[in-house]
Amino acid sequence: MTKLVQEIREIAGQYPDARSAILPALHLAQKRNDGWLPPQALEEVGTALGVTPAYCQAVASFYDMLHLAPVGRHLVEVCTNISCALVGAQQVVEAFQRELGVRPGGTTEDGQVTLKTMECAGGCGWAPVVVVDHGYREPVTAEAVPGIVRELRGG
Amino acid sequence: MGSRERVTVVLAGTDEHDLTKLAAYRKAGGFKSLAKARKMQPQAIIEELLTSGLRGRGGAGFPMGRKASFLAKETGKPVYLVVNADESEPGTFKDREIMFRVPHRLLEGCLITAHAIESGNVFIYLRGEYTHEFEVLRAALDEVREARLLGGVTVVLHRGAGAYICGEETALLESLEGKRGQPRSKPPFPAVQGLYASPTLINNVETIATVPAIVERGGAWYASLGVENSAGTRVFSLSGNVVNGGNYELELGTSLYELIYRIGGGIPEGRKLKAVIPGGSSVPVLSAGEIQYPLDFDSMAEAGTMLGSGAVIVIDERCCMVQLGLRVAQFYQHESCGKCTPCREGTRWMVQLLRAIEDGRAEHSELDLLLDVCDRILGKCLCPLGDAAAMPVASYVTKFRDEYRQHIDEGGCPFGGESSLQGVIAPIDQHTLSPVAEVPA
Repeated sequence: MTKLVQEIREIAGQYPDARSAILPALHLAQKRNDGWLPPQALEEVGTALGVTPAYCQAVASFYDMLHLAPVGRHLVEVCTNISCALVGAQQVVEAFQRELGVRPGGTTEDGQVTLKTMECAGGCGWAPVVVVDHGYREPVTAEAVPGIVRELRGG
Repeated sequence: MGSRERVTVVLAGTDEHDLTKLAAYRKAGGFKSLAKARKMQPQAIIEELLTSGLRGRGGAGFPMGRKASFLAKETGKPVYLVVNADESEPGTFKDREIMFRVPHRLLEGCLITAHAIESGNVFIYLRGEYTHEFEVLRAALDEVREARLLGGVTVVLHRGAGAYICGEETALLESLEGKRGQPRSKPPFPAVQGLYASPTLINNVETIATVPAIVERGGAWYASLGVENSAGTRVFSLSGNVVNGGNYELELGTSLYELIYRIGGGIPEGRKLKAVIPGGSSVPVLSAGEIQYPLDFDSMAEAGTMLGSGAVIVIDERCCMVQLGLRVAQFYQHESCGKCTPCREGTRWMVQLLRAIEDGRAEHSELDLLLDVCDRILGKCLCPLGDAAAMPVASYVTKFRDEYRQHIDEGGCPFGGESSLQGVIAPIDQHTLSPVAEVPA
């Protein structure tokens, strides 16, 4: 039994039905696999919870935070729902595009950063909201973007 | 009500103290209600909730006491309490602030409610993006466990993974059971067959966090706050083109004007107000001339809209209402789970028509076609997501019809690229974008 399978079974113990642990399990598997869910990870989750890898894939494909393809080492998500958009989210997106040279949905050539836009992050009163590696930054203006990119590139 | 003292219930004490630690929360009177509740008969607590008039704070506004009294009795199955912390309605960020400021108040509310419905199992379903709030709640739960306050009740914190639809109660239950988050057909209602086909009470974070105050001071006290049919306070999430965005706990019945201008500081740079969305992106819009309406369930219905999640989005004169409709429709297209055809196909039609109008490729008849598509979604799906797309967009077209017509007459957007929402990239656009940016010189 792999360490991941063991850890997932521990989480599953909290629920009356092990299958309930599939989202926490997929989050954990993703964390252990560079931010995405390769076929091997889906197999381990399936083994741990007594479901098929195909079932795991079907569930994972429903949720935005679960990735079935590789992503960059860092994930930058810019909320572009209305509250953020009204106060300049698109200018923030464009600043990231300029700094990173990728469009939303893309990953930099060196595999360092994936840029995405996201639906309402829940920080509307402190907009525009940018979520960097799952941590909220609020508010982020276009002027602050070069600094964030430098930080991610470690310089 | 300008001169009345401001009463806070859910966020009480958070401006003065950091209440995130158990010791501080107890010093402020926390967990006394739990001790009191555990000496009461479960039915007596439900009576207090009925007296309080507390209505669900997630969006639908169903009275909590009544919901609790619907739970099937003596089924031989466990009773579950599920807290809906999957806050995702655009414009809404109040549950997040409740969780990161007073996690113990939510936990105390959970334990009191569990006692009231004789449940030994609580699940709190948080939206996956709220990683910080998850950690704050986990630390709080650890403290509560160590202080032996759980009284045999298990509380499980469960993270979602990014799906607006999981805020719908039956989709949330599906997701919590480890499935794709697609809504169920009702009936049976969750009170009869909810989580694991057992009787289940589902309430929003803010609703549950109100329970300790009701137990402490009585349902009659709570009912004395607010206005008729809208008892108590609400945490309003204020955002958009307003000086002081943020969450404000106010008595129900406070006017939109007071929230936007007196509390929110008005519109930045002296710009003109154009429209207000009073209850999250899924409710019909109000025009600038309608902000005298009080924020309560009945007044909002009278104004032709809804109080929804209490998220007030302020829109100034720079916003193109076609672009607003397009962005809202894109959100719902992205979040439609695909189970019901009117929602799955209808939201796609809405986006296509709105795009054509914005680009100046539409004809006048297409405005009516758009309204017709909205009408063919309304009330025809298992859950309210389709309605949540159709209602606001239909209201934009109806209330701002001249602006929509202008796009058609002038063959494009009259804002000429100067709208505040110009060019905004929705997540749904990412599937069609080239991965390499064209970097402007």
